[in-house]
Amino acid sequence: MSGASTTAHSVVEPSATSKRVAGFFVILYALISMAPLAWIFATGWKTPPDSISYPPKVVFDPSLEGYCNLFTTRTRQTNEYIEALGPPQGACDEVTRRREMVIAGQSNYVPRFINSLIIAFGSTFLAVSLGVFSAYAFSRFKIPLADDLLFFILSTRMMPPIAVAIPIYLMYRELGLSDSALGMILLYTAVNVSLAVWLLKGFIDEIPREYEEAAMIDGYTRLHAFFKVVLPQAATGIAATAIFCMIFAWNEYAFAVLLTSGEAQTAPPFIPTIIGEGGMDWPAVGAGTTLFLIPIVVFTIVLRKHLLRGITFGAVRK
Amino acid sequence: MAEIRVENLHKSFGEFVAVRNSNFTVEDGEFVVLLGPSGCGKTTTLRMIAGLELPTSGRILLGGNDVTFKRAGERDIAFVFQLFALYPHMNVRQNIGFPLKCEGVPRSEIARRVTEAARILRIEHIMNKPVSGLSGGDRQRVALGRAIVREPMCFLMDEPLGALDSEFRHVMCGELRGLHNRLKATTVYVTHDQLEAMSMADKIAVMSGGLIEQFGSPQEIYQRPVSMFVADFIGSPPMNFLKFESGIARGSAEARLGDAVVPMPAVHEDVAPAKLVLGVRPEHIRFDDASPLRGSVYGAEYLGTTQIITVDTEFGQIKARTNSHINVATGSHVGLRFNADRLSLFRGDGGRAVNSALYEGVAHG
Repeated sequence: MSGASTTAHSVVEPSATSKRVAGFFVILYALISMAPLAWIFATGWKTPPDSISYPPKVVFDPSLEGYCNLFTTRTRQTNEYIEALGPPQGACDEVTRRREMVIAGQSNYVPRFINSLIIAFGSTFLAVSLGVFSAYAFSRFKIPLADDLLFFILSTRMMPPIAVAIPIYLMYRELGLSDSALGMILLYTAVNVSLAVWLLKGFIDEIPREYEEAAMIDGYTRLHAFFKVVLPQAATGIAATAIFCMIFAWNEYAFAVLLTSGEAQTAPPFIPTIIGEGGMDWPAVGAGTTLFLIPIVVFTIVLRKHLLRGITFGAVRK
Repeated sequence: MAEIRVENLHKSFGEFVAVRNSNFTVEDGEFVVLLGPSGCGKTTTLRMIAGLELPTSGRILLGGNDVTFKRAGERDIAFVFQLFALYPHMNVRQNIGFPLKCEGVPRSEIARRVTEAARILRIEHIMNKPVSGLSGGDRQRVALGRAIVREPMCFLMDEPLGALDSEFRHVMCGELRGLHNRLKATTVYVTHDQLEAMSMADKIAVMSGGLIEQFGSPQEIYQRPVSMFVADFIGSPPMNFLKFESGIARGSAEARLGDAVVPMPAVHEDVAPAKLVLGVRPEHIRFDDASPLRGSVYGAEYLGTTQIITVDTEFGQIKARTNSHINVATGSHVGLRFNADRLSLFRGDGGRAVNSALYEGVAHG
């Protein structure tokens, strides 16, 4: 062989063809995983008959009914009563009256949604804060039985929620924590802190000790050095960890359905209980699910840059 | 600026002894290099002086004050790390100003001193750049800037050139020594590279297995090594060792290598017949066909102005540095003659040097 081609690419760089094939599969996978989301989104804009019609309707007249039903409770009234009410107040009123019903009040969706926000953000904040301190300690100090402790921390995630739900329920009842936001925050923190410690330890291990040592020689205490030097550099890891904790707490269903019923109920156990006339109110469920996805999607997009770097879990060394 | 005194410094990690009863003094304004192979305790010694590691026993005095158990931040020292330890979330100016910000120095004063440091290091043009894009040399300059801006009592440097490529290391060696000449700051510098040590140091402490083998000027260490370890570690190619068995009486100036009598500096102690080692630097060897010490040429390495000729003798392989215009054919038999006043004699058991005229005036371990 003589005269190496100038267009020859590196052996580790994939060829154009393999890039196209890979791209095709990625897009295919994305479409497959997006399909249910698209269906949920569409269902939110259907009328109840459209949502359960067979064959399923892909093209339909959008209706506000799902969103109206999600946020309101309604009562059935006679035609005479409805006609006596005068002109409808806004779009939802109109949609509701068409079904011979009137709006009776607000549904519980908004309070449940707020519960979800409080519990998910609260537990994520706590888990990450506790996690970053413990991870730093595990990473930097000689701790007796450190490996056993790390394993022990992980054990909180080994059992299925259903196995520990009953003891936790009994414990929470004694402590007055059942069906309270604080109880759920503590519970999700306990579950997430193990994940946080493990993830963050990897990230902190990667930050050279020299940074803190330099800061300590410059006159900072270890705590100061931790805040001024370690935390800024662990930002990627903290963001990635926060996303994972957030996703868990936001979507958690089993503990929520077993330990909350009223006051502190989160959105996941609430959404399936939205009952309409003659069974599930699928458009309202679709609407509720669509809205429920928004915060976690926004949170993930905001921290996406860090997540992409974070998912290598520090596998790549400089 | 101040002197650093290390007294009976000892450090063990469990069973492993990293530093054994070290004693040395770095005088005010001196540039001292701790030199040795990895694991010899040089970095541990430096970290103890810095306060990043606490000694098991012994004392450390900075400018006469006992700082053995003081926090690193209270010692008024600056440390330059091998990996530079520049904070990636700050730009060059912020990195250099960081130690001052910590001390609570007023803003205008910080600005003035950072600018001054930048001028000394000639890095004014990169002051507002992020540190992540800088070349190795510039990073090193910024790290030095962070050290000098403090105007500390002394500088401690842990292989600061270790992460640079060899060509650049040479340039930075010169810059570091130039900086030292201007600032006259007491400096302790750790390296495993003998060239760095020889080119920069006022004094070198050669360490091995936690012990300081020899502490002296580069010339002293090169010309009068007190042990085979030092002789072997310093010099490239290292000192030749000719193993032989003999006894030497006090005052004698001859070593008997088999049939050959080799003149050497007069020994100051009686040496009972035992295994001995004669140490000869490659540049102290000449070819002389009349010499009774003979060998056959194994090969030659051409190095430009000089060449290294390897000769097999009955006392082991010998490398001689000669002028490159001398022609010796591989396989030919040659006679070797050594510069009599430059030879070292070591005991085969333990490798300590036998006291001789060569060592007059050297602290003999």
